[in-house]
Amino acid sequence: MKSAMNSRPPLAVVLRSAGTNCDRETVRALELAGARVESIHVNRLAAEPERLAEAAMLAIPGGFTFGDDVASGAVLAHIIDRKLRAPLERFIADGKLVIGICNGFQILVRLGILPDGPGRAALLPNHSGRFEDRWVRLRSGPRPTPWFDAETEYFVPVAHAEGRFAWFPEGEDVPFPSDQVAFRYQGDDDPPRYPANPNGSFEAIAGVTNPAGNVLGLMPHPERFLVPEHHPAWMRYRRADGSPPEESDLPVPLGLEIYRRAVASLG
Amino acid sequence: MMSGAFPSRSRPHNHPSALEPYGGAGTGIGGVIRDTLGTGLGARPVLNTDVFCFAPLDISPVQLPPGTLAPSRLLAGVVAGVRDYGNRMGIPTANGAILFHPGYVGNPLVFAGSVGVIRRRHVDKEVLPEDRIVAIGGRTGRDGIHGATFSSRELSEESETVSGGAVQIGNPIEEKKVLDALLRARDEGLYRSVTDCGAGGFSSAVGEMGAQTGAVVHLDRAPLKYPGLTATEIWISEAQERMVLAVPPERLERLFAILEEEEVEGCDLGTFASDGMLRLHHEGELVGELACSFLHDGRPKTTHRATRPVRPSIVLPDESISPFELLPTLLAHGSIASKERVIRQYDHEVQGQLVLRPLAGADLDAPMDGCALDPTGDQSHTAVISCGITPLVGEIDPWQMGAWSVDEALRNAIASGGTLDRVALLDNFAWGDVRNPANLGALIECSRGAAAAALACGAPFVSGKDSLHNTYRSGGVARSIPGTLLISALSVAPGRPRAPGSDLKRVGTALLHVGPAPSGIGGSHAEWIMGGSGGTVPEWQPDLAARLLRFVEARIADGTVLAVHDISDGGLAVAAAEMAFGGDGVGLALDLSALAGEASDATPASLLFGEGPHRFLVEIDRHSVERFSAGAADVPITEIGECIARDQFVIRTNGEEWIRSTVPDLKRVWCGAFAAVWPEES
Repeated sequence: MKSAMNSRPPLAVVLRSAGTNCDRETVRALELAGARVESIHVNRLAAEPERLAEAAMLAIPGGFTFGDDVASGAVLAHIIDRKLRAPLERFIADGKLVIGICNGFQILVRLGILPDGPGRAALLPNHSGRFEDRWVRLRSGPRPTPWFDAETEYFVPVAHAEGRFAWFPEGEDVPFPSDQVAFRYQGDDDPPRYPANPNGSFEAIAGVTNPAGNVLGLMPHPERFLVPEHHPAWMRYRRADGSPPEESDLPVPLGLEIYRRAVASLG
Repeated sequence: MMSGAFPSRSRPHNHPSALEPYGGAGTGIGGVIRDTLGTGLGARPVLNTDVFCFAPLDISPVQLPPGTLAPSRLLAGVVAGVRDYGNRMGIPTANGAILFHPGYVGNPLVFAGSVGVIRRRHVDKEVLPEDRIVAIGGRTGRDGIHGATFSSRELSEESETVSGGAVQIGNPIEEKKVLDALLRARDEGLYRSVTDCGAGGFSSAVGEMGAQTGAVVHLDRAPLKYPGLTATEIWISEAQERMVLAVPPERLERLFAILEEEEVEGCDLGTFASDGMLRLHHEGELVGELACSFLHDGRPKTTHRATRPVRPSIVLPDESISPFELLPTLLAHGSIASKERVIRQYDHEVQGQLVLRPLAGADLDAPMDGCALDPTGDQSHTAVISCGITPLVGEIDPWQMGAWSVDEALRNAIASGGTLDRVALLDNFAWGDVRNPANLGALIECSRGAAAAALACGAPFVSGKDSLHNTYRSGGVARSIPGTLLISALSVAPGRPRAPGSDLKRVGTALLHVGPAPSGIGGSHAEWIMGGSGGTVPEWQPDLAARLLRFVEARIADGTVLAVHDISDGGLAVAAAEMAFGGDGVGLALDLSALAGEASDATPASLLFGEGPHRFLVEIDRHSVERFSAGAADVPITEIGECIARDQFVIRTNGEEWIRSTVPDLKRVWCGAFAAVWPEES
């Protein structure tokens, strides 16, 4: 067992490029979860790839990298593929943790790191045909991972125009491997309809992991729910004296829980 | 501990949006974000706001003047422009309004606002002789030539042909890269001053920064989008996403290293001088030479004539329309109806700092009074942003419009958890041709009303920008827009957020009307819909304004208030319905008999739908009614009803039932107004 007294907090790298725009809240989430965090531009990391090896976690945050020109996340995925593929694959094979959120999820799918190999899945334009920002209910998959416990409910925001998970199996009518389901959208109906399933995702899938479970990609943004007053209806859970609720007053866990669990698993 | 300031800017971008709504609205947002980046040594943008004014969506095509776009197309284009620029930059768009009035038919209004956060040590800037003039960001092209001139001229059916090239072309990712690089360079102290390239391009940016020193500029060093630009075009192009820095020579190298890593182009355009002269060079030739003092002080003052506004005569409204019919008509009116279809297209969660969203309540779709955010990310402060805009009353009494708009913005700020102890205002006047003495007179009266209300509440005006040429000429007839004043309020309260929300909380609670009983329907939406105009305007009261706001602020702070909503567009009945929309099945029963007794000449229309300053509707627990009213010296408070179960919505007066409906029925009407522009997905 490691000595908690001597060990430094685990290091997480947040990867940034032109058009990344959720890096600051991702840094804040990882810091609140107890990690040391370095935010590094992809050009710097490509020049000094050894800095990745020093880290225990990599986060690819949301945004519109390179304007999503060509296709969502395509340019940054190409840069990673050409300049950082080998160190990233070593990182994952070593069992270190990788999270891709929104644009980061799109990039991990384009790289074929999620769900498992190239060309097996895609994140297509929402069925509504437009960008949508709304809070959604999630339920985690049947297998516990470093990121979440099995079958747990979360409440987090989505904000994207291209988040419809599509799955291209080898045969027809093959369901998505259930132990790679990270999160499904939840609604009053089963399967959930719009807007509970905000984009029309296959099997209401909001996020997936790789087969080993150490790489997570998801469209929703748990890093936008770090304190109780980030809950969009926190006023309905105020304390008797009118003060804002504490974490235990809310009916759902903070999105921060996902980062806390991951960082704790590295300790 | 962070010490900070909260710069905020708002500006109209009307004329480009009339010609090319998507590009005009996008570059409007892009420009105002650069204002924030150019504030002090650069503030970090944390919020965008947007207010639009259009002609009604159902206007018949034959009523559209030649050369104008249909309002539905303008609305869809402007929303898409704001969405794509703000979302890509990663700045939440979370406050605003959309208004509809036939007077905006040839000349829509688009106000874009930006709020930023800056540390005190980054506030002061200076330019010293020998500093290098460094331009960073986008390349210079022919787009946006004479953009400022175009915006100050009246629109006409020829505008698209004549001035199409005046609209700039936006690229939000370029601006995001500039933002990232600029704030890194700021934190390393690599420059002494910064200004954005807005109207006038390099000419105004360099001219402004070099006002005291003078400057030597080599125009041929500016990177161009394509060859062939003349020296004049380079100097005045309003191509987007460019900032100009004053850089000490020894820090150039480090600055360019950061620019390279962030993939931002930079160029050394020249040097700030010491002789107060502005000299422009192009391909070895001196193409311009002027004293900066002439540029800044050489303009002769102009004199304009103004006449005192005349109150229009009264056209009595058709009071045969029953309140039962009028309420759904008001709820479906574009200015009042739910903007959810617009708001959801804006990423209002990005940066993870919002603590009061434009929509909240049990189903996350009920309207709030403003928005609030945690600007430093450490729960030490709550910044509240709200707005007030009341053009209907301005057609009767421009002075009252000034006061009403300030009062509405402040009421919204207080309801959203703000404090009168630390609140600032911004003004944006959008007016018709002010060479017309009647228009100028109305503008003066309006500004006087706004000043009176701001002074009474101790709220300073800290920023603003005006657009005084909103006239459309077609078929030899010039039409001016209704004089429009947008007031934005920005308040910084200590600690975590305090807003109780406008959504009703539970059955059995009491509903209180706080403020003067409504008198008259002049300037209300109901008056307009019933075909009336020029009616009695409820007047803003100098001795009540601040006292009432402080009272409500204190009751929110001590936790007594369960829900609060300002009574504004659509009056009391609409405010009550909006509070019920977020209540999870909580309905309400109001009895306006007491209120009717307080008002002189009360009519059903004035009680239910009259608008005006100083009014809130508040939900509190029944056992705290006495505590609530204690110490309410001279603040009028009237208990008018209670929250009841099962979504029932009932309003009666003196034993007569005026409205009986259900919350879901009313909400359906309120939610449907924009279904034709953005259809619901099945």
